[in-house]
Amino acid sequence: MSNLIGLGIVGLASILLLAFTLIKRKSPAVFRNINALTRLRRAAGLAVEDGTRLHVSLGRGGLLTPNGAGPLAGLALLRGLAEQASVSDRPPVVTSGEGALSALSQDTLESAYRAAGAEEQYQPINGRATGLTPFSYAAGAMPITRDEYISTTVLLGDFGPEAGLFADAAERDQSLLVAGASDPAAQAVLFASASDALIGEEMFAAPAYLNTDDAQRASLTVQDILRWLIILALLGLSAVKLLGIA
Amino acid sequence: MKIFSVIIAVAVGVFVLLGYFIPASALIAARSVLVSWAILAGGFAVLVGAMNLAQVHFMKVRRRDRSWSYSLLLIISLLSTLTLGLILGPANPIMQAVVQAVIFPVEASLMAVLAVTLVYAAIRLLRRRSDLMSVVFLASAVFVLTAGLALPFIGQLPILGDMLGPWFSSVLVAGGARGILLGVALGALTTGLRVLFAMDRPYGGK
Repeated sequence: MSNLIGLGIVGLASILLLAFTLIKRKSPAVFRNINALTRLRRAAGLAVEDGTRLHVSLGRGGLLTPNGAGPLAGLALLRGLAEQASVSDRPPVVTSGEGALSALSQDTLESAYRAAGAEEQYQPINGRATGLTPFSYAAGAMPITRDEYISTTVLLGDFGPEAGLFADAAERDQSLLVAGASDPAAQAVLFASASDALIGEEMFAAPAYLNTDDAQRASLTVQDILRWLIILALLGLSAVKLLGIA
Repeated sequence: MKIFSVIIAVAVGVFVLLGYFIPASALIAARSVLVSWAILAGGFAVLVGAMNLAQVHFMKVRRRDRSWSYSLLLIISLLSTLTLGLILGPANPIMQAVVQAVIFPVEASLMAVLAVTLVYAAIRLLRRRSDLMSVVFLASAVFVLTAGLALPFIGQLPILGDMLGPWFSSVLVAGGARGILLGVALGALTTGLRVLFAMDRPYGGK
């Protein structure tokens, strides 16, 4: 039974996502204000102007785990940021804690530069694996903020409590930190220590705020619809239980 | 060539997803084969990651970047551990000692640094962001810590430790965490579907 419900939710989400992507909107999309993402958009533009770099960190990996969607959202955000920063003398640097993720980050950087017509600016060395365990990854990524003229650090992916070390490094080096993680423990750490934390599903909305992609916007609409359905289901089932029907 | 990689990625994704939901033996078998291939590729990716790490630090040494001496130390450690591991094998006592006497303590010390960092961040939270949610966050943290406190001779604090604390954790905290996890799950679902339908292609191309 639970398999059927799961398949039904995935099927419904797929149909809605395809439909909203293909339907062309007549009016521009209106987004709820998320301070962290507004600041990130501004900071990305400023970094190009003042010749500083963006540091995007995708987490310790976990592409083959249930937390794999976090790094994928990070890669989608990276695509938009890299395209925006392709005119800069200092391209963004991307760090991760897994070999596969570092290869994907290099691929994403390359395709962003190609799309922006600045393929010659692409350097594979800007997509790096800084360590292959959570703390060695954090220890390897922290000095980048200090050593490589970083003005904004973005953490988006699979992080644990080690995200607190990134936040401390960013604060020490007076770099803006926009951070989101799929793990609730890491979210609590980031809420306490980051200048701008993304809570819950906000991290998955980040790519839509920076890219003008129909699929990104459609996925936000689908999330909203599914959220309302879940709210209605919770209320309905609570009422049923309260009335003693089931 | 690109279109083939997209077709393969989408087909594999659909097979694995269906294998989770539909208990047909052919689908389950196909899923387990594909997942084991992915695990194998993931293992190889560790090697790629280590090579990438060495390459980055080799360049830092060659360019005499800031903190290049640490990069040199990393390369020497990496090569010596790799050589030892290849010659002696991972179960050898010397290799075990390298892991237990060097890597574990270094990670544990970073954990200790993290604990201090978090306390400092919590103290500075209200100065950085003085809004209602920060107050609620700090008050909740203090409440949970106090409720879990065990004093000498007394043990758990009466009422707070055995009634209010467990209620707070199992009702308010668990409810909030479930709300956050539902949001994360919806975000993860749509992100996964975007990759599955090749709308996002982090593996090159788009």
